[in-house]
Amino acid sequence: MDSDDDFNSSPVSDEDFMGDQDSDVGLEDDSDFDMDQDDVGFETHDKDIFPTKQHYEVDFKVYDPRQIQASQDNQIAEVSQILGQPPEATAILLRHYRWNKERLIDQYMDKREEILESAGLGETAASNPPKVVKVKGFVCDICCEDGPNLDTFAMKCGHRFCVDCYRQYLYTKIKDEGEAAQIRCPGDGCNRIVDSKSLDLLVADDLRERYHVLLTRTYVDDKENLRWCPAPNCVYAVECGVKDKELMRVVPTVHCECSHFFCFGCSLNDHQPAPCALVKKWLKKCADDSETANWISANTKECPKCYSTIEKNGGCNHMTCRKCRHEFCWMCMGVWSEHGTSWYNCNRFEEKSGYDARDAQAKSRQSLERYLHYYNRYANHEQSAKLDKDIYLKTEKKMQQLQNTTGMSWIEVQYLDTASQALQHCRQTLKWTYAFAYYLARNNLTEIFEDNQKDLEMAVENLSEMFEKPIDQLQGLKVDMMDKTAYCNKRRIILLNDTADNLKQGNWEFNVSFP
Amino acid sequence: MSAGAKKRIMREYGECMADTPPGMKINFDERNMTKWEVLLDGPDQSPYAGGHFKLEINFPNEYPFKPPVVSFKTKIYHPNVSNDDKGSMCLGLLRADEWKPPNKVVAVLRLIQTLMIEPNPDDAIEPSIANEYKENRKEFEKNVKDWVKRYAK
Ligand SMILES: [Zn+2]
Ligand SMILES: [Zn+2]
Ligand SMILES: [Zn+2]
Ligand SMILES: [Zn+2]
Ligand SMILES: [Zn+2]
Ligand SMILES: [Zn+2]
Repeated sequence: MDSDDDFNSSPVSDEDFMGDQDSDVGLEDDSDFDMDQDDVGFETHDKDIFPTKQHYEVDFKVYDPRQIQASQDNQIAEVSQILGQPPEATAILLRHYRWNKERLIDQYMDKREEILESAGLGETAASNPPKVVKVKGFVCDICCEDGPNLDTFAMKCGHRFCVDCYRQYLYTKIKDEGEAAQIRCPGDGCNRIVDSKSLDLLVADDLRERYHVLLTRTYVDDKENLRWCPAPNCVYAVECGVKDKELMRVVPTVHCECSHFFCFGCSLNDHQPAPCALVKKWLKKCADDSETANWISANTKECPKCYSTIEKNGGCNHMTCRKCRHEFCWMCMGVWSEHGTSWYNCNRFEEKSGYDARDAQAKSRQSLERYLHYYNRYANHEQSAKLDKDIYLKTEKKMQQLQNTTGMSWIEVQYLDTASQALQHCRQTLKWTYAFAYYLARNNLTEIFEDNQKDLEMAVENLSEMFEKPIDQLQGLKVDMMDKTAYCNKRRIILLNDTADNLKQGNWEFNVSFP
Repeated sequence: MSAGAKKRIMREYGECMADTPPGMKINFDERNMTKWEVLLDGPDQSPYAGGHFKLEINFPNEYPFKPPVVSFKTKIYHPNVSNDDKGSMCLGLLRADEWKPPNKVVAVLRLIQTLMIEPNPDDAIEPSIANEYKENRKEFEKNVKDWVKRYAK
């Protein structure tokens, strides 16, 4: 146990990790000569990148609809034995208690009669199953119809209505309001829940199906450790043990079977490494300040040297002006040649010295500048991820043509797909590092964070640049591209592990308070 | 809208006529019976006294399985009425999960009158007005009277 822990939290393993990948990059020319060997190399590579569970990852499990139903049935069977009630009645009781079986069992032992009554399962229900009857002199209080041939229905509470109205009521609740487990008697002020026996008697088959789908929905909704995948039309649910109160210490990203990455805490798209509360605050700020910020993240800018208009059409931030050939960085508009050196500080916002910010106006200007610095980079990575994808899709099409003309196999062009996915992932992470950094108060850890951010950003820009190369050169860049892809993934893991570890230990200081 | 729903609305109108709550007048148009216009006097024992308010009651197609929709056409300073051009209310009976099909419009009208005498700041649509009602009743009443003078005379 102990040694296991040591291994996981040892800073030495991180060091090894970094040393490792440096040598990998150095090896890229060596492995060039043999395709077969290279393929093998790539596989072992892959294992290097994902050795075990990373520090930023959480345990989770994905369930398909059948498994959800089965887990529901298991619980019903288990509680049914304890209570000595048939499964059908147990299901009603469990839903009544929002699947909190401990509370149900506790209270059932205490006040059995009362609970059975309130769930519509009173003693008499067994000997007196619900039925539709005609009642002399009855007037329906909903539709005002009367007559001796009117079919009527009432639960044990005695609130009687004509069957048509009762049905219409259930129909509205189920179809329009999506209710299932908590539909109350239509009687004025009556809180009795419509039990599923009464429901089965009254509603048609199509509605009954919908009712059972909704019941399954409520099972997942009621369980704290289960959540539906928010991807459109996805039918899977994810189980994760991270509790709401832990969300300032961990970012629980889960990966659905449908391939969607989302946050278990807030259901938004993967937002590593920023905690949910910070994401919420940031998105609100961006929405509030969108007008101020929009102009700056516009899609066109001027060349800082000749001022001719330049449009960005790829994801890469290394720009070359068509007119004067000046090379610069799209994000900070600085000279590109300085980006590869120790001068590089594109990601860091330099806090101006106190004397610059003497009066209130200068202060508010500086705070806007600071916000725009981070927002600009945040928005840029979002935009770049889209552009990277566009370029990839174009490239993929061309690769298919190439495949047809040169007879290259499908498997041989997969490195492009892998590279594109790495870019998407890394840019998603980079995007959120800027929201994270915006709320970060400077301490001795910020510099390491910014260095990691810078390293990942450089790796990403390098890889992104390759996608913009003409197709005929792409095949020759295969090995290089695979190496750069692996490197990007590694830098991402290093950054995320470091932020996650410090988050877990509460080492980050923020310049705002989060609830 | 179903024949049953129309029958029910007609019946309710008849009941309202027979037993109209005091200070209220209902304009009913048989060609458009799903929209009632209600003229309401501010209750005497409230700061709304002396004001005349126009309300609209709209019956949804699913009536009475869904609640009627109430909107103030006269601007009113009230924690439970939205301070916009809709003047909407959505509390108590008027909420889909509270409304039960046997409930009647006349109960809605009584609810509105009760709320004018005693607003419900804990279920407010206008939190700042609710806050003022709770913490600075004098200021609240002054604003109410101001608005009555400006919009409801
Ligand atoms: Zn009826
Ligand atoms: Zn009842
Ligand atoms: Zn999914
Ligand atoms: Zn989240
Ligand atoms: Zn230029
Ligand atoms: Zn830059």
